[in-house]
Amino acid sequence: MNATPTRILLKNRRPERIATLDEYQAGGGYDGLGDILESRSPAVIQQMLLDAMLLGRGGAAFPTGRKMMTVAADAPFPRYLVCNADEMEPGTFKDRVLLHADPHMLIEGMILAGFAVQAAKGIIFIRPEYENAARILEREIRIAEAAGFLGDNILGSGYSLHIGVHRSGGRYICGEVTAQLNALMGRRPNPVQPPPYPTEKGLWGKPTVLQNVETLMCVPHIVRNGPDWFRELACTATGAGTKIYAVSGHVERPGCYELPMGTPLSTIIEEHAGGMRAGAKFKACLPGGASTCFLPAEHYHTPMDFEPLKQVGSRLGTGAIMVFDQQTCLLAVTLNLTEFFTRESCGWCTPCREGLPYIRDLLMRIENGEGEPDMLPMLDTMAQYLWNAYCAFAPGAMGPVQSLLKLFREEVADHIVRGGCPF
Amino acid sequence: MLPVSVRKPLQKKIASVEHARELAIDVMFELQNHYGYLSDEAVAEAAGLLDMTPLEVDELATFYTFIYREPVGVYVIHVCDSVICWMDGYESVKAYLCRRLNIDVGQTTPDGLFTLLPVCCIGYCDRAPAMLVNRKVYGHLDGAKIDRIIENLVNEAVQADQ
Repeated sequence: MNATPTRILLKNRRPERIATLDEYQAGGGYDGLGDILESRSPAVIQQMLLDAMLLGRGGAAFPTGRKMMTVAADAPFPRYLVCNADEMEPGTFKDRVLLHADPHMLIEGMILAGFAVQAAKGIIFIRPEYENAARILEREIRIAEAAGFLGDNILGSGYSLHIGVHRSGGRYICGEVTAQLNALMGRRPNPVQPPPYPTEKGLWGKPTVLQNVETLMCVPHIVRNGPDWFRELACTATGAGTKIYAVSGHVERPGCYELPMGTPLSTIIEEHAGGMRAGAKFKACLPGGASTCFLPAEHYHTPMDFEPLKQVGSRLGTGAIMVFDQQTCLLAVTLNLTEFFTRESCGWCTPCREGLPYIRDLLMRIENGEGEPDMLPMLDTMAQYLWNAYCAFAPGAMGPVQSLLKLFREEVADHIVRGGCPF
Repeated sequence: MLPVSVRKPLQKKIASVEHARELAIDVMFELQNHYGYLSDEAVAEAAGLLDMTPLEVDELATFYTFIYREPVGVYVIHVCDSVICWMDGYESVKAYLCRRLNIDVGQTTPDGLFTLLPVCCIGYCDRAPAMLVNRKVYGHLDGAKIDRIIENLVNEAVQADQ
């Protein structure tokens, strides 16, 4: 248990530049990497990650160790490791900060995660808006290669891994695992419904493990310090590790804060993000990105961890906390978010392609003073239909919509009664 | 026709990978840089290089935000209109840019220098309101800062012309 700020992933963060290879090594990075690769088996590393309760930080919270274990011992080669650096959900910017802080921590995380599934190739899938980070990564990969940490027969261990950077053309759906694999293969990035799962048949039909930037950066620390150490970093019994909370909206100091997993929302806002802006009062937040449910003021002290947030009807998602004050019209916020999802829908399945514009239209009419009382039940029905979509995109988009209708129904109804926005 | 100086390095890069089409986006970006946008000719060239049909290339080209199938200005300004930037002044940034450049969103200035487009969250919510110019980010925008950015870009374009 730990209540004080603990910097693990951001320990080498500097104001205006990345940590160099030397600086990463001075902090213990790459220390004994050759010995680890030589003396530990992939299965041991998988088990460590499972015991550490490392859950995917990209939003889905799937146990990393368990995902790796779904790659069968006799699965074919070559196997792939994909680092998902395509964060694009409104409010999410933690991976950008991580990539600009300590690229070698990611590279070493990929080496160890790649070793754990015996991947021969690692690919960093990065959104085009992060061109600067893409260039940094390409340069630092070459530096790691020159130092012998990457490439053929790493430090004489017999394990080889090559890492490349793939720039996306830019679409939110590319963050979805199966869509991302299609994108990497030069196909239109529509999602594909499993089975087969990517860990069985992914890139070019070969086993592929995909992990988020933050998840991979936890790996070297778990391997060096052990699962118990990692679990004890959290301040909740259900949590493990630290979490990068990306705070934005109506706070004094928006930014990324690395804190023990499970740090209460109120502590994050007041002690780290500088509190609410002058004169602003906390009304609600989206605790984990645009596809999570609103968290109202009554849950202001909720520990920001997967389990406690589930218990109060939301999700930790990516840990991107968007804070809204009492002057904010949450209907207008939801309309903006729905506009985002409508624009970014890949169009593959009917519920998502047709349902999202319909819902946006209803929200827009109510916000603009053209609302009718029967539009509320219509919204309820339509939002429910979106759960029939092909992938998790549309149900995610319904997080803010359905929680708005549940938690702030009176506020929405007030728009209809007044014939316009009361804010 | 694509000049040899552009074609050769692409062919070399394509020959170095197992599946040509895994480089589809890189090739589209390169051709876009050369032609200024992904013209029909560029789509056909890309298809030839990647061993794909033009239709398959177009299927990708029309999917991605940063591939332009219509002519754009030398500088493409993407203003973030997602929720945090929207709360922190997207509307006034957009209005200021429209006035300053004397165009609407979706248009290009008559001198061919600037295209103005809205874009989804660019991941700079801690520096809202923000925008990209040719994928380079500018945050904490206000009128004075926008003026400085535009002036610098105009000067840069003049120098490039000389």
